[in-house]
Amino acid sequence: MNDTIAAISTNNIGVGAINIVRVSGEDAISIVEKIFSNKNFSSAESHTIHYGFIKDGNNVVDEVLVMLMRAPKTYTMEDVVEINCHGGYATTNKILELLLSNGARLAEPGEFTKKAYLNGRINLMEAEGVEDLIEAKTDLQSKMALNSLNGETTKLISNLREKMAQLLSNIEVNIDYPEYQDELQITKSNIRPVLSDIKIELDRIIKESENGILIKNGINIAIVGRPNVGKSSLLNTLIEEDKAIVTDISGTTRDIVEGQINYKGIVFNFIDTAGIRETSDVVEAIGVKKSIEEMNKADITILVLNSNEKLTKEDKELLESIKDKKAIIFLNKNDLDKNIDLDNINKPIIIGSTRNNVGINELKEEIIKEFNLIDMGSKDLTYLSNARQISLAKVALKDIKHVIEENDNDIPVDMLAIDIREAWENLGKVIGKYYEDELVDNIFARFCLGK
Amino acid sequence: MNFDYEIIVVGGGHAGIEAAHISAFKGHKTALITINKKNIGDMPCNPAIGGTSKGVIVREIDALGGLMGVMADRSHFQIKMLNNSKGPAVRSLRCQADKVTYPKNMQEYLDKMPNLDVIEGMVEDLIINDNKVEGVILEDGKKITSKEVILTTGTYLKANILVGSENNPGGPHGERRSNHLSDNLAKNGITIQRLKTGTPQRIKASSIDFSKMQEEFGDERIWTFSHDYPATYKPSEQERCYLIYTNKNTHELILNNLDKSAMYGGYVTGVGPRYCPSIEDKLVRFKDKERHQLFLEPESLYYDDWYLQGFSTSMPRDIQDKMVHSLEGLENAVITKYAYAIEYDAIDPLQIKPSLENKVIENLFTAGQINGTSGYEEAAGQGIIAGINASLKLEDKEPLILKRSDAYIGVLIDDLVTKGTHEPYRMLTSRAEFRLVLRHDNADLRLREYAHEVGSISEEQYNNYLNRKNKIEECSNYLKDTKLKITSEVRKVFEDNNMVVPVITESFYDLLKRPEITLDFLSKFARIPYDDDIKEELEIITKYEGYIKKMNKEIEKFKKLEDKKIPEDIDYSKVGNLASEARQKLEKVRPVSIAQATRISGVNPSDISILSVYLKKEYGKDNE
Repeated sequence: MNDTIAAISTNNIGVGAINIVRVSGEDAISIVEKIFSNKNFSSAESHTIHYGFIKDGNNVVDEVLVMLMRAPKTYTMEDVVEINCHGGYATTNKILELLLSNGARLAEPGEFTKKAYLNGRINLMEAEGVEDLIEAKTDLQSKMALNSLNGETTKLISNLREKMAQLLSNIEVNIDYPEYQDELQITKSNIRPVLSDIKIELDRIIKESENGILIKNGINIAIVGRPNVGKSSLLNTLIEEDKAIVTDISGTTRDIVEGQINYKGIVFNFIDTAGIRETSDVVEAIGVKKSIEEMNKADITILVLNSNEKLTKEDKELLESIKDKKAIIFLNKNDLDKNIDLDNINKPIIIGSTRNNVGINELKEEIIKEFNLIDMGSKDLTYLSNARQISLAKVALKDIKHVIEENDNDIPVDMLAIDIREAWENLGKVIGKYYEDELVDNIFARFCLGK
Repeated sequence: MNFDYEIIVVGGGHAGIEAAHISAFKGHKTALITINKKNIGDMPCNPAIGGTSKGVIVREIDALGGLMGVMADRSHFQIKMLNNSKGPAVRSLRCQADKVTYPKNMQEYLDKMPNLDVIEGMVEDLIINDNKVEGVILEDGKKITSKEVILTTGTYLKANILVGSENNPGGPHGERRSNHLSDNLAKNGITIQRLKTGTPQRIKASSIDFSKMQEEFGDERIWTFSHDYPATYKPSEQERCYLIYTNKNTHELILNNLDKSAMYGGYVTGVGPRYCPSIEDKLVRFKDKERHQLFLEPESLYYDDWYLQGFSTSMPRDIQDKMVHSLEGLENAVITKYAYAIEYDAIDPLQIKPSLENKVIENLFTAGQINGTSGYEEAAGQGIIAGINASLKLEDKEPLILKRSDAYIGVLIDDLVTKGTHEPYRMLTSRAEFRLVLRHDNADLRLREYAHEVGSISEEQYNNYLNRKNKIEECSNYLKDTKLKITSEVRKVFEDNNMVVPVITESFYDLLKRPEITLDFLSKFARIPYDDDIKEELEIITKYEGYIKKMNKEIEKFKKLEDKKIPEDIDYSKVGNLASEARQKLEKVRPVSIAQATRISGVNPSDISILSVYLKKEYGKDNE
């Protein structure tokens, strides 16, 4: 806990002109002092910048500016030193190595933020916001992350919890003061509408948050179809058409993402459906089974069909397989004669041609429409923005649904209170707040009781 | 050193009685020192024992071997089960206990108690050596020595009685107050706080016109608090209480005279309880409410004062007369005792360990109002724990610490020692997160094993519990083995009662899981040869199985955190990175477990993770 950590804080090593190596912890200043030429550094005032050289023994490694920030007014609330060095993989890495060999420990991913949280500078929700902000690739993403930081999401959840707390305190008062006939008696029928309001609101938050997750992570799109219907030309058109190609493909997605675009602030990830980059060996076509596997990795599937040809057995199998999935049919090659016969298709169909660049925009719009993301850019993006928060909210929703069911089954209200309370606690965990006394305070603030 | 006694209990209220009784029962030479023997077991406020959650506490006291339940059973003239129409988790008994009979029965019982001396005297100081208490000093300077001292001084420390602007030093019942004990505690490092409570008017029965009031009856079914003794009353012979309301005139009168109230005139410095507000409080805080509910309850069958519940006030007497006369049925009422507020000294409960022993002075225990609580039941619940733990300490044994999942008494003490209190603390069902398992009907199942282990119940009491436990098991098996075949007669019974007819043969046990089916209903098909309390237990266990399982899972999680003990000698200044507020709070409360630490306000989850990491690092795997 108390050790000093170091890491390269800038990304894209070797690309930018400047890199920053950050050190945080009790020994941050003394460790840097050992490798820094400027001897006034360690006794200098906090929040000052110092010029000098990083040295490995007698060898100069780099000419640098070093920022000195003493605890507690720093990101982590510990002593923090940031070394601004010249870009370039070798130099930056050498500096990090020197720090590590002089007593610092390599920081784990997110550890600076974790320290900020553990040292009490930011709460859990804010910590998650910071993580999201760092990873934000589009404006929408950063807007959402900022909202999480400034407590908009907290407000939304707090309002919902307040409703639950009122319901709970009504129930508790009926339990603790049964002889008070003056207070509203809680019955099956008068709590039902309140519960149903809470359910609807919670449901909405979760749904929109899941869209939020889409904004954050991008929509994973699988393009499938039998060989020669134009899958790869569709992918190329989609990607090349858009100039804002996202080149920075991170970690685990690197393996499966074939290309990314940013359309109206939302990232489309085209996942690598095997065979999409068809080699000359067209005989080695992908089977339907393989396509289905890929569809399962995706949020939505684009099935490409050739309008010039009649449906083949494989086409029909693919059509069958998208039946219960979110999917769009792209009817390619409309510049040729139409020979295809499509009946009873319950999926949106976009007619177009990759050769003439027809239908491509409509296709992108349709994707956005499928996720109800149309006005996303103008909306207030106050959503739960990570899996932890959403899963807690889902547990809360499940509890509330259970309460509604049990209420209809004539289960006494004091039992229902158990699940309402659990839902209330889970939402409390979402925003990092859960005090037992909140409820008791609520009771006394709202009712007039006592001997 | 030769001690006069092993344990001295100071104060003969509900806490003191239970503490002294259990200590003597466990064979320790005990002295109960009180200002006036005649006031032992006195009920200076409402004439009731039990109530929501408090009734469960009384049953818990009884399960642990205490006296309150038995004495209440022998002294009441009305008893009822509250929340009977709601779920099983929140049912609770309340009785109207006779203010003459209850103390009388109690005093007679204590008189015959072996190992117990009752001494009249005013304790004004403690004998303390090396931060260890070794006895008490009376106001005449007389010293009585003991290995342990339990203070249960109630509201008597520097008490002031307030009626309007009148402020008279003195305790309830015209008794003298202790002038120096709290100062002497403070000199020894104990933090003293000032608290306030109040009590309403008593009205002469013959001056009340009951015809204008709504009657309130006791239950027809027979109930007892006690697990060991049968009831001694006839349901048909219970007394009535009455319900009335305040009105516009009452409200006008009070609001026009607010400046004369001790509370609003600024004459009271103590902090009063929010749940027990004076009538002027209620009017000021809830301006829109047109009327407030009041109850008239007889105090005793041996004198004719009636207690006017809900009308507590610190107005001067002339205003009180007018206020009471504005109420319907009380137009000509004679007030035999005016309402008053009482201010008193209490200690900061954060200085108490979960065993109720003081952290600053060893071998000193406290219980009841001195710890910042309110209510006879809360006091008695602490009293029996203080008595048990003082005894266990003499016996060189680990203290009995009830968990929040064991008993309301556990919740009460944990709240006190973890969160502290700045107003008199009253128990509420909403304070108990595990209340579904803390029911009135299973107090013995929850606590008698503990009681047996610490020796606070007799073998006979233990056997009563074992018998009941076996009966429940037997009954459960019986219900599982008894199947209901769906014959045409059976079908007809279901149909006649508008119930869904079971499709296949099912056991009584499974049928009982349906919300609408009771054992009473099932007994139409086969005799169920068990007592009501056994059947009640089975109905609860089967019907709410899902909820109970869920709660038990929660309890398991909770116990894991409870088991992560924090060593007593931990030095919080060595735990790096703790937020300074958290460090201060942890230092003050000194929680015994990680679970307790999580309940301290101002200690955040991040502090808990830091603390856990530190414990793991410093104290190894045991504390993981």
